[in-house]
Amino acid sequence: MAEELKLFRTWSSPYGFRVVHGLKIKGLEYETILEDLTNKSASLLEYNPTHKKVPVLVHNGKSICESLVILEYIDETWKHCPLLPQDPYDKAMARFWAKFGDEKVLPSIWSVFISQGKEQEEAVAPAVGNLKFLEELLKGKKFFGGKTIGYLDLAFGLLANLVNILEEIVDLKLVDAEIFPLLSAWMNNFSTDPVIKDCWPPRDKMVEKFKAMREPYLKKVA
Amino acid sequence: MASNEMKLLGAWPSPFVLRARIALNIKSVEYEFMEENVLVTKSDLLLKSNPVYKKIPVLIHGERPICESLIIVQYVDEVWASGPAILPSDPYDRAVARFWAVYLDDKWFPSLTAILMSDGEEAKKTALEQAIQGLDLLEEAFTKCSKGQNFFGGDKIGYLDIALGSFLGWVRVIQIMANVSLIDESKTPNLFKWDQDFSGHDAVKDVLPETDKLVEFSKFLVAKVKGSGTK
Repeated sequence: MAEELKLFRTWSSPYGFRVVHGLKIKGLEYETILEDLTNKSASLLEYNPTHKKVPVLVHNGKSICESLVILEYIDETWKHCPLLPQDPYDKAMARFWAKFGDEKVLPSIWSVFISQGKEQEEAVAPAVGNLKFLEELLKGKKFFGGKTIGYLDLAFGLLANLVNILEEIVDLKLVDAEIFPLLSAWMNNFSTDPVIKDCWPPRDKMVEKFKAMREPYLKKVA
Repeated sequence: MASNEMKLLGAWPSPFVLRARIALNIKSVEYEFMEENVLVTKSDLLLKSNPVYKKIPVLIHGERPICESLIIVQYVDEVWASGPAILPSDPYDRAVARFWAVYLDDKWFPSLTAILMSDGEEAKKTALEQAIQGLDLLEEAFTKCSKGQNFFGGDKIGYLDIALGSFLGWVRVIQIMANVSLIDESKTPNLFKWDQDFSGHDAVKDVLPETDKLVEFSKFLVAKVKGSGTK
């Protein structure tokens, strides 16, 4: 039976791109359904009734939700080009740091992005503190996955794409190459890797989108 | 410490610690349980082993710490692969179990604790509605996952049984303290029966905290949390 693989995502969601990159590493063909979250399709609501969110991967009619859960599913179903390490301890570390990325790193960067003045100054230290853990993780490695891109690189991938967009909008450097030489190098290596390169949402549209997302927070202070 | 020695840093009231204990019991792994009194002080070993979150549980295998309860459960499952399996073997069933476990931690447990901790009747009522809605979803998920057997894992307890089952003590506490019904024989018959089967299971019954001890602890916890808010 031919495999039927569909990915529901939006044009910009970094969580959707985790799955896009994972599927590309595995060399899998699939249909993309781009969703407008202000007008969700009946299919999306059927495949993810609990959260009604993207991304959703549908494999032969069965839906899998939550980007990190989807990555593990892809890795376990198509075993070539493994995304996760084989060793249970290394696997546990990859899962731990991916969770840390979502629970701490991204929200702390977001706090810097949406605040201003003194509040923004105070938000920088926790964000930098979180990023320092990532800098440590890269010691002796090109990628978080080692020599090649793996699960944790895909989990952190949104940093490679989004951080300099946010930095440009708020005119503040968070990932300074002098303080974060390894992380800066990783962002460049990741973005220019053949799998990832040109596989991102258009930058100008992203800048426009995030400027618009920041607006309501600016109005609050004024 | 020998390379295969196991230590678990934990605390008896914590549902997250309970997950690790159940997983270790399923695999018949011997370990030293080190009780942390985290509300008072955190040990140097805990701070060294979990510098990122400084939280329990932490499993220390040889010299290496593993943190976050669900990550510990998966680690135990993968290291002791010859023991009874915790995660299902089929990738889709694994994805479903993982999805619901994430839901429990990200959405359901916060609404459960909000029933006790939030201020005002409206907030408590909203939290209760959310918790009940969640249980309805899990009642439905049980039918799909159990495939007619006693547990989410089928004929034996598995990942999702552990993920949800670890909260049963707190469900009982909240039912008593807030005078509400959460797992109910008529409204959630599957979960009601599953609760009894899970709680009586060999890997669970000796580590499940007693409800009256948890009730006393929760009174202390609520007072501490609310007290610190008003200072």
